[in-house]
Amino acid sequence: MIEAVGLTKRYGDKTAVYNLSFQVRPGAVTGFLGPNGSGKSTTMRMILGLDNPTAGSVTIGGHPYRRLPNAPRQVGALLDAKAVHGGRSARNHLLSLAQLSGIPVRRVDEVLGVVGLQDVAKKRSKGFSLGMGQRLGIAAALLGDPRVLLFDEPVNGLDPEGILWVRNLMKSLAAEGRTVFVSSHLMSEMALTADHLIVIGRGQLLADMSIRDFISANSADFARVRTPDGEREGREKLSSALTEAGGHVLPEPDGALRVTGLPLPRISDIAHDGGVRLWELSPHQASLEEAYMRMTQSAVDYRSTTDQKAGLMQPLPPGAEPPVPVPGQGQPGWYAPPPPRHGQPSAPPQGQPGAAPAGPYAGAPAPAAAPHPYGAPGAGAPNPYAQSAAPPQAPPVPAADPTKPEDAR
Amino acid sequence: MSSPQNPMPQAAPAWQGTAASPHAGYTSPIPVVRTHLGHALVSEWTKIRSVRSTVWTLGVFVLLVLGIGLLTGVVVSSSSSEMSSADNPLTLGFFGLLLGSICLITLGVLTTASEYGTGMIRTTMTACPSRGRVLAAKALVFFLVAFTTTLVSSVLVAFAQTAMLGGSGVRQPSGAEWLKGTVGVSLYLALLGLLSLVVGSILRHSAGAITIMIGVVLAPLVIALFMFTQSLEKVRTALIDYSIPNQLSVFYSNSLTHSGPSGWDPLWIVLAVTALAFAGAWALLRQRDV
Repeated sequence: MIEAVGLTKRYGDKTAVYNLSFQVRPGAVTGFLGPNGSGKSTTMRMILGLDNPTAGSVTIGGHPYRRLPNAPRQVGALLDAKAVHGGRSARNHLLSLAQLSGIPVRRVDEVLGVVGLQDVAKKRSKGFSLGMGQRLGIAAALLGDPRVLLFDEPVNGLDPEGILWVRNLMKSLAAEGRTVFVSSHLMSEMALTADHLIVIGRGQLLADMSIRDFISANSADFARVRTPDGEREGREKLSSALTEAGGHVLPEPDGALRVTGLPLPRISDIAHDGGVRLWELSPHQASLEEAYMRMTQSAVDYRSTTDQKAGLMQPLPPGAEPPVPVPGQGQPGWYAPPPPRHGQPSAPPQGQPGAAPAGPYAGAPAPAAAPHPYGAPGAGAPNPYAQSAAPPQAPPVPAADPTKPEDAR
Repeated sequence: MSSPQNPMPQAAPAWQGTAASPHAGYTSPIPVVRTHLGHALVSEWTKIRSVRSTVWTLGVFVLLVLGIGLLTGVVVSSSSSEMSSADNPLTLGFFGLLLGSICLITLGVLTTASEYGTGMIRTTMTACPSRGRVLAAKALVFFLVAFTTTLVSSVLVAFAQTAMLGGSGVRQPSGAEWLKGTVGVSLYLALLGLLSLVVGSILRHSAGAITIMIGVVLAPLVIALFMFTQSLEKVRTALIDYSIPNQLSVFYSNSLTHSGPSGWDPLWIVLAVTALAFAGAWALLRQRDV
């Protein structure tokens, strides 16, 4: 079991990790998520005693790593795939590590088999692909047959077969009662592997909860409603009727409406009463990826922008149309706001999408943070999807929503 | 703290719920042994013999020492007038060893600094959190390898040279001269290499450490070359006296000057410097982030 208390690391005036406290328990895979540069690797290095924390402490089984007796027999770690001397063969690399911690030489060939590198054991690791390097790193982590395992981005560079293998390996290691702590920036991968999640952004804890709680607390069950294209009045009429009935309506970039707080049959009834035809009425669950992105949105350090090529363009010949931007270029500055029950974390997970609002939270008022679709027409830059699809009725979305950061946390 | 308010209260009950899970932890069937310096020594021996740079640097070293030694032997024996009968014939091994020292410096630096360059150091320090033990093992293994290689090649060259010059009226070296000309220089050069290893551990950068160590070997002589003025005479003499090439030549009783170190002095000097640097590297290694 890994326990961090008030862990803080500063490099000069940059704070990489700030006041991080968490526990990683045995018998489960704990995912460690965060955007690039959020302090995941720094935290991992502090757990392993490679970096000294500026403040706070982290222990494994009650001891700081550097005071563990025969640490590699208790903790195995894959920090980064290329933390090997490229001139040494895979087998000699593992052999030197085995000798360092008094592990029988036989074990080296065992782990080479476990990770499937037995055929290239005598090859110098310089020529290894990223995936082979990851396998060698995993072999080094497994070498001591430890009860605590740390993996920093283990699936980087692996092929689909390798990813599946790592996923099953993590699960089986945890099932044996070991503590497995896996960092990743891929929510989708963690959703399949982890039992518990620790999410950090800019070095601070954003969430520490089981994956099931994370899903129910962060993924919004909603109904997607689409009215016939070109019937703008119908859409607005339905939208206001739904809002009146207590629903929360949010336009999507492609012109559909995202409705929360009303069950599907009720939406249908309201549409029928209002004489609005529907092209689509479907239950949805926002993906975990989206929930994660929304949560970490304000903590993203490296954000891409649209390639403007400003000043490099040839002047357009008269009459020529400027090129339409390709959707997806640049990072979208918009994610759907959290579900209305965001302020009610004790809400039970909802089984039936669309049937969500039954109960005390039915018709819960939309959180103040949620941008109202018609609240600020024309404000801010249009989002990239709106530009490309360019339906005339696509409502502009406020790009710089000042309330978003509080909301995303 | 600006971490989320919502998830935290939720996490607590979830945690307590699972803490009582049946997993009491995992126990490995492989017996756990208490590790000591011996394990680190074996590991470092595996490391040093399994990279090509060791083979290359030591190969070039032996080639330089033997090649240059035999060449000077051939040249001198064919024109015996260059060497008076009072001179120590082992002196001829000096040139090869001086050039060869660059190879030992390179290998010494690479033993520590290459781990930082490749990132291997993180793996090593994870596998052995007793960082001082790793440094000690590296130092010991390198020292023994460097000493053995130097001793074998210097003894070979010494035998070859005395045999070549035996017919040309040059005297046989005494026992003390034999000791200093083989074991003495080997200890000196191995310690010079060890100093490089320690500097590599302090700087953590191969090219930088190698440059500095070659500078340490050559710079004093070069600087002394430009000190013409009378007022700097003392500094100049001291620089020449204590320059590494001159210290090395002391082992052959063939110093450039008549002041400065004599006898076994150079060995004590390099030993003291290396010990100081080692203590510094040890302290730095313990407190720095890897």
